[in-house]
Amino acid sequence: MKTTLTVNGRSHQVEHDARRTLLDTIRDDLGLPGTKKGCDHGQCGACTILLNGERVNSCLCLTAMHDGDDITTIEGIGSPDRLSALQKAFVEKDGYQCGYCTPGQIMSATAMLREVSEGAPSYVSGDLDGAALTDAEMAERMSGNLCRCSAYPLIREAILMASEAET
Amino acid sequence: MRPIDYRRASSFDDAAAGQIIAGGTNLLDLMKIEVMTPDTVVDITRLDGLSTIEAEDDGLRIGALVTNTMLANDARVRAGWPLLSRAILAGASAQIRNKATTGGNLLQRTRCPYFYDTSQACNKRSPGEGCAARGGAGRMLALFGTSDQCLAAHPSDMAVALAALQAEVEIRGAEGRRRRVPIHDFYRGPGDRPDIETVLDRGDLITAVVLPRPLEGARQTYRKVRDRASYAFALVSVAGSVTMDGETMSDVSLAYGSVAPHPWMDHDVVAMLEGERPSDALFQRAADRLVPDSAPHPDTDYKRTLLRRTFIATLRQLTGLGDATGTDIARTHG
Repeated sequence: MKTTLTVNGRSHQVEHDARRTLLDTIRDDLGLPGTKKGCDHGQCGACTILLNGERVNSCLCLTAMHDGDDITTIEGIGSPDRLSALQKAFVEKDGYQCGYCTPGQIMSATAMLREVSEGAPSYVSGDLDGAALTDAEMAERMSGNLCRCSAYPLIREAILMASEAET
Repeated sequence: MRPIDYRRASSFDDAAAGQIIAGGTNLLDLMKIEVMTPDTVVDITRLDGLSTIEAEDDGLRIGALVTNTMLANDARVRAGWPLLSRAILAGASAQIRNKATTGGNLLQRTRCPYFYDTSQACNKRSPGEGCAARGGAGRMLALFGTSDQCLAAHPSDMAVALAALQAEVEIRGAEGRRRRVPIHDFYRGPGDRPDIETVLDRGDLITAVVLPRPLEGARQTYRKVRDRASYAFALVSVAGSVTMDGETMSDVSLAYGSVAPHPWMDHDVVAMLEGERPSDALFQRAADRLVPDSAPHPDTDYKRTLLRRTFIATLRQLTGLGDATGTDIARTHG
């Protein structure tokens, strides 16, 4: 079957089996390997992309269901000579060890900072009107992204640095 | 994953043509490990009229395709039914909540490890095969409402809040007629067919969940206890709504999660609390009524103590008595 996707601003038509996930389409058909396959079951967050602006696990999306949708991957938010604020902060704060989860962490944090700025509450927010970006808020809001190296303190430092750079 | 036919529904009638898929966060996962093996999946995400939250009388009609994120963030829900926002935000991860739908959340399957492991016997997956959980490891299993055939618990947080809020499920039948079923009556116990989990008939489609008008001045909370502080299923949860009428409790509504094959409710416990002054002695007596004398599986015996403490802590919190010592729930992590 055929599906048309806009990925990082470019339109692509892909031909695929009905079982294909967006993760496999992005990596194998479109040749964008920045999005990582970790668990392939929505538990680790390594495959996080922005789907019509919202963060989702691309391993849990059937490509066939996303005809006409707009996708942003790690390759779409910056380049080696023009890093996004979050990419720059992860480098600066050493927000990783092996680096495998990093694209998912950065895509997830990109959406998370916008959610916080829009006043979206989290489970640990004192009231439901939104909250400041404390360590507890970041840990809760990023809990869908695992880091087996456990670089969490530095990941949070990097996210905080990027949020301050943006405001 | 086994080969599938993919169809995109263009009308409600098309939804009867196979296994419905919407958010896919649970179904696709189960298809990958071949616990669910539909021949045809029918994508309903482009059907009109299922993705909005609309005022209805003084309540809300929540379309079946409304995402968990959209529902938890809705300003009306945050103000009038904060219990629902809290329960949704207690579940899954931000990525999953962006995709998971209201209808799909109600229909999510148990996380019993034997249901997930196709090399093990499971009556829910293959009726008549047996239940490997019975003699196996079972700390996530249910306390109430089990049968000889199945000991599994329903994992939803959202459905527990909806039960405490007396919500109704709107269902469109194959013939086009719509009916509404209280959440409490929507699920059926496992009995001798644990594979049949709800009252949905063939061709039925969940179109909405309907919340009744909010109770003025009600205090609400969702208290969830789990193995880690975030992104984990509940071991026990309690959804509660209480209105303080002077010094006594009124409009008490309580539902309990991860302790039964569906959100658990106990009307005798509510009757003990309604119209009474809150006190530790009363809460202890109500807990005696709520908690069963024994667990259906030795590994869930701990849930009797956990449910008791979580129940009392929830009532203390709702009635202003404060958290009881030793029952605090960690809400932050490092």
